[in-house]
Amino acid sequence: MSTFDPPVPRPMTLDVSGLPSVAFGHRNTTWLANVFYMAIEGMMFAMMFATYFYLRTRSTNWPPGHLPPALRYGIANAVVFLVSVIPARWVAKRAPSGDRGAIRKGLLILALFALIATAIRVFEFTTLNCRWTDDAYSSTIWVLIGMHSGHLITELIETLVLFVMSFTSKMEGTRLADAAINSDYWYFVVVTGLMIDVLIYGTTRFL
Amino acid sequence: MAVAEPIIPNDQDTGQSELAHRLARTWRQSGGFWGWFSNTHHTDIGIRFMVTAFIFFLLAGILAAMMRLQLIRPENSLMGPDLYNQIFTMHGSTMIFLFAVPMMFQGFGVYVVPLMCGARNIAFPRLNAFSYYLYVGGALVLWGGLLTNTGPDVGWFAYVPLSGPAYSPGHRADIWSQMITFTEVSALGVAICLATTILRHRAPGMTLNRMPILLWEKLVISMMVIFAMPAVMIASGLLLLDRLVGTHFFNPAEGGDVLLYQHLFWFFGHPEVYIIFLPGAAIISTLVECFSRRRIFGYTPIVVSVVATGFVGFSVWVHHMFATGLPQLSESFFTAASLMIVIPTGVQFFCWVATIWNGRLQLRLPMLWAFGFFFVFLIGGLSGVMLASVPLDLQVHDTYFVVAHFHYVLIGGALFPMFAGIYFWFPKMTGRIADETLGKWHFWLFFIGFNITFFTLHFLGLRGMPRRVYTYSPDMHWHRLNLLASSGVIFMTAGLLVFLANMLRSRKSGEIAGNNPWGDAGLEWSVSSPPPAYNFLHIPTVSGRDPLWEDPPDQPIVVGLRDDIRETLVTHSLDADPQYKEEDPGPSIWPFLAALTVSATFVGSIFTPWAVPIGAPPVIVTLLGWLWPRGHSPAPRLAGEL
Amino acid sequence: MKLLELSFIPARLVIQAMPLNPGSHLVLHAGAPQGRNIEWLYWSIFWVLVAVFVLMIAAFTRAGARSHVSAWKPLPIIENDEADRRAAWAVWSAVGVTVITLFVILVISVVTGKRVEGLTSKNPVTVQITGHQWWWEVTYPNSQADQTITTANEIHIPINTRVVVLTNSADVIHSFWAPSITGKRDLLPGYSSAFWFEVDKAGIYHGQCAEFCGLQHAHMGFSVIAEPVDKFDAWKRQQLKPASDPSDAEASRGRDVFLTHACLMCHTIRGTDAGSRFGPDLTHVASRNMIAAETLPNTAGALGGWIVDPQRIKPGTKMTPNALAPDDLQALIVYLRSLE
Repeated sequence: MSTFDPPVPRPMTLDVSGLPSVAFGHRNTTWLANVFYMAIEGMMFAMMFATYFYLRTRSTNWPPGHLPPALRYGIANAVVFLVSVIPARWVAKRAPSGDRGAIRKGLLILALFALIATAIRVFEFTTLNCRWTDDAYSSTIWVLIGMHSGHLITELIETLVLFVMSFTSKMEGTRLADAAINSDYWYFVVVTGLMIDVLIYGTTRFL
Repeated sequence: MAVAEPIIPNDQDTGQSELAHRLARTWRQSGGFWGWFSNTHHTDIGIRFMVTAFIFFLLAGILAAMMRLQLIRPENSLMGPDLYNQIFTMHGSTMIFLFAVPMMFQGFGVYVVPLMCGARNIAFPRLNAFSYYLYVGGALVLWGGLLTNTGPDVGWFAYVPLSGPAYSPGHRADIWSQMITFTEVSALGVAICLATTILRHRAPGMTLNRMPILLWEKLVISMMVIFAMPAVMIASGLLLLDRLVGTHFFNPAEGGDVLLYQHLFWFFGHPEVYIIFLPGAAIISTLVECFSRRRIFGYTPIVVSVVATGFVGFSVWVHHMFATGLPQLSESFFTAASLMIVIPTGVQFFCWVATIWNGRLQLRLPMLWAFGFFFVFLIGGLSGVMLASVPLDLQVHDTYFVVAHFHYVLIGGALFPMFAGIYFWFPKMTGRIADETLGKWHFWLFFIGFNITFFTLHFLGLRGMPRRVYTYSPDMHWHRLNLLASSGVIFMTAGLLVFLANMLRSRKSGEIAGNNPWGDAGLEWSVSSPPPAYNFLHIPTVSGRDPLWEDPPDQPIVVGLRDDIRETLVTHSLDADPQYKEEDPGPSIWPFLAALTVSATFVGSIFTPWAVPIGAPPVIVTLLGWLWPRGHSPAPRLAGEL
Repeated sequence: MKLLELSFIPARLVIQAMPLNPGSHLVLHAGAPQGRNIEWLYWSIFWVLVAVFVLMIAAFTRAGARSHVSAWKPLPIIENDEADRRAAWAVWSAVGVTVITLFVILVISVVTGKRVEGLTSKNPVTVQITGHQWWWEVTYPNSQADQTITTANEIHIPINTRVVVLTNSADVIHSFWAPSITGKRDLLPGYSSAFWFEVDKAGIYHGQCAEFCGLQHAHMGFSVIAEPVDKFDAWKRQQLKPASDPSDAEASRGRDVFLTHACLMCHTIRGTDAGSRFGPDLTHVASRNMIAAETLPNTAGALGGWIVDPQRIKPGTKMTPNALAPDDLQALIVYLRSLE
C-alpha cells in the first residue's frame, strides 16, 4: 500500500505485551554480540598463528638460537584453564534462576582462577628463554602471550565487576544473562589459551 | 497495555495522537551542548557519519587536485617529494579509511538499516555512538599529523621495510598505524550493531526470505568486516611494535619477513574493497527496483551472488602480490579466483538489466546516477579482468593503469551509488526533495570530468608511467596525457560545487517530500520525513519482500510495547518471530567519554608504551560508567517472568 | 591469428602518437619475445572486453529506452511473469557466456604466463641486481673475484641470449621494470628471486623503479642496452679493467680531490684506494650514458651540478653536497670523465 491510495483503517494487531523482558542463551542479543566479538578476536589470534607458522617456514632452526620456553608455567596455566571451566559452567547454569548468592560464589571462584592464571602469566614471561627484541620468533611468542594476557585481564575485570554487581539489586533481568555470557567469554579465553600453549610449548619441541 | 484510542497505521502518523506524544517524550534525545554528545539515536548518528565522511571526501579531493597540479607538467616544482609523498598517502588513506567505509557502510547502514527493519533504533546504540566518536578521533589524529608535518608518507598501504623503523624515522608511520586502529575498531563496532539489528530486530513476518536486498548486503558486509579487519589490525599493530618496542616481525636480518606484512595487509585489503563496493550494489538494487516500478528480477540469484562475493572476496588477495615472485602455480590459483569473482557481479548486472527491461523506467535523479554507475563500474570491472591475468598484471601493476582501474571501480562502485543514495534518501532525512535540475548538472559535470581524468590514466600506465612519482622527465613523453588528465579536475570540482549548493538550498527550500516521494516499497517510507524520534508509531509486521507494495491493507501492527520506557522488540534470526522485549539504554554521555579515554590511550601509545598501562584505568572507568546499569526498578519486570 | 595481429596496427597508431626517444619504454611496443607475448595477450583480452562492454551498454540502453516512461510522480507497480520467464533464459545464457569467456581468458593467461616465465638456459648471462635508495647496483657475478663486473644503473646484455637476473635489495622494496622487455619483478630484502628475459632487437630499453621506495622513487631509472655479442664482449673487457690512470696533471689533481674529499666514503674506483660500496661504482662512470639513475645526461655540466648540490636535483638523495673550489671541481670532472 502506498501513499497515493486513500487511507484504510487497520484494526489488526499483534500483541506482544506478554513477552518476557529477558532471554537467556542464544536468544539474547548480547550473546550474539559476544559471538561476534569472539569471532573478531579469534581472527586476530588466527592471524597471529598464521604469522607464527609463516615465520617458521622462513627459518631453518626453530626456535632459532634459543632454548624452547620452559614448560612449567605453561603446564600450570593449562591446568588452571581446564579446571576453571567448572566454575564458569556453574555460573552459567545458575544465572537464569536469579539466585544471587550462588552467582556471587561462582563469580568469586571464577575471578580467583583468572587471578591465578594472570599471576602464572607474569612468571611465564620470565621463563620464555628469550626477549621480544631478540628476533622474529621471540617477538611472535611474546605478542601471542601478550595478546592473550590482555584477554585474561579483561575477563578478570569483567568477572569482578559482575561480582560486585551481584551484591546489589542491579543483578537482575538482563544482568543475569550477562553473567552467563561472561562464562562464554571465559571459555574463549580458555580455548585460545590452550591453543597458544600447544603452539608455544608443543611446536617448539616437537616440530 | 489497554488501549482505548484508535490504532493509527504508521503512514498515518502525524505526531498528534496521544500515543505519538507519549512516544516522543519517552524516546526524545537530550538537547543542548552535552545532549549532542549523548545522542544515541541511529538517524542522528547515521547523518553524522555521512556528513563527516563527506567532509573528508572533499579534503582528500583537494589533495588529489594538488597532485594533479604537480603532475600537470614534467619536472614541475609546485611541491617537492616530501610533501607529495605525504599528499598521496593522505589522499589514499583518507579516501579509504575516512570516507569510503564511514560513508558507504557506516553512514548509510546506520541510517537506513533500522528503518528498513522496522525497528525503533539500532542494536547497541551506545556502541554505535562510540564508533562514531572513535572514527572522528582517528580522522583528527591523521589530519593533525598532516597539518604538523608528521603526515604519513609511505603510501596508503605502508609497505615494510619502507614504513619500518629503519627507513621511516619519526612518528609519521605511527600516526598511520594508529589511525588504522581507530577506524577499524569503529567499523567493527558498527558491524556488530548492524549485524545484530538485521538478525534480531526485524519486523515480525520479515523472514530471511523476505529481507530487502540491502539488508542482506549489509549483513554480508558486516561479516566481512568482522573477518577482514583483524588482519589489518595485526598488520598495523605488528608494524607499530617493530617501530616502537623493537620487535622484528618484518626485519629479514632477524628472521622477520617483508612479505608477511603484504599477506596480512592484503588479506584485509581485498575484502575491504568489497566492503566499499557492496553497499553501492545494495543501493543500486534498491533504486533499480523502485524506479523500474516492479520488484527486482532475480532476488534469489542476487542474494546468492552477494553472499558468494563475500566468501570469494577472501580468496583473491595474492593478486596484489603477483610481482613478488611467488610460485607460478599459486599465482594461477589466484588468477582463477580473481576471474571467478566476476561471475556474481555479472549475475547482479544481468538481473538489473532484466528488471529495467521488463519494468517501467522513471529516470528520476537517483536513477540517473545508477546509470552512471553501470557505465563507470563496468569499465573498472573489465580492466580488473586484465589485472587478474598474471602476465598482464606484471606489466601494469604499480602503474597508472592500476590507478585508473581502481578509480573506476571505487568511484563507479561507491561514489556514483553514494550520490544516488544521497539523492534518494535526502527526502527521508530532511523532509525535502533535492533539486532535480541542479542534480543533473552535478551528474554530467562530474561524469565528464571523471572520464577525462581517469580514462587517460590507462594510457599513461601502458606508456610506462609508474605510480607515486612526484614528477617525471620530459623525455618520457607523458606530459600531454598528464595535462589532459589534470584538466578533468575542473569539471569534477564544478560538479561537486553544484552538489553542495543543491544540498544547502534544498534543505531550506526544496519541494516538500511527504512520507514516500518515490513510491518505494521499503518500511522506511511508511513513516514521516524526517522520521520521529521513535521511528514507528507501532512496530510494523510484513508479509512480503516489498512491504509497501505487497502488504494487504489490514497488515497487522505490533501493540503491547510499553510507551513509558524505551521498549524494543527482539525477534528470531530466521523467521522474525517475536522473542522478547529489550530496553533501549537511551541517551548517554559515556560512549563519548569512553571514546576520549580510548583515543588518549591510542595517541599516547604512539609516543610511549607506558601509555597503555597509564591509559587503561581511565578507559576502565569510562567503560564501567557505560556498562553500569541504571534506571528502572527490577520489580515490575521480574514478576511473572522467570 | 593474422587478423588479430592486424588489429594491433591501428590500435597501436591510436595509442602511440609520439616518437620514442631516447629509450623504448612502452608496454605495447615490445622489443623482446616476452614483451610481445604479453602484448598478444593484452590485445586478445582487450577485444573480448570491448565486445562485453559494447553488449552491456547496448543492453542497458535498450532496456532503458524501451521501458522509459516520462512521468514525474511514481507510477503504479507492474508485474509480468511471462516476460520474466523469458528474461530468465537471457540472464542464465549471459551467465553461461560469462563463465565460458572467463575460462578462455584464464587458459590463455596461464599459457602466456608459462611462455613468458618458461625461459631457461644452460648458458645464460647472469646479472645480479640489487636495489638501493635510489639507484641500481648491477653486478655480473663470477666465481673469480677479478672477473666480476660491478657497475650501476646501466645493464648491458647481448641480444639473442638468455639473461637471468638475480634480485636483491639493500634496503626497502624496489621493483625492476623495463616495459618493452617484460613484466616487472619486485626486489625484496631477504629474498633472492631469479627471473629470465631475452632481447632480440638491439637498442636501449628504459626502465624505472615500480615500487614506491621513498623520496626519490620518481628518479630511479635504469637502462638495458642490448647489443651484438661482440660489442657486449668488448664492453665486458673494458669494464673488467681497473680505472685508467690520469693522463694529465689536471686529471691527476682530480683524482687527488676525489681521494681527499667525501667521495671515497661512498664510491669505489678500482685501482685506487676508494673502495666503499655504499654508493655506485664509478670505475667506468664515463662509459655510461646518464648519471644519477637516468636522471641527468652524462655531461661535464650535469656532472658538476650533481657533485656540488645533488639535493637540488634529487632532494633527499643520500649524497651530500660538496663545496669544492672551482679549480678542484673542474679537475675532478676532468678525472671522472676520463674513467671510460
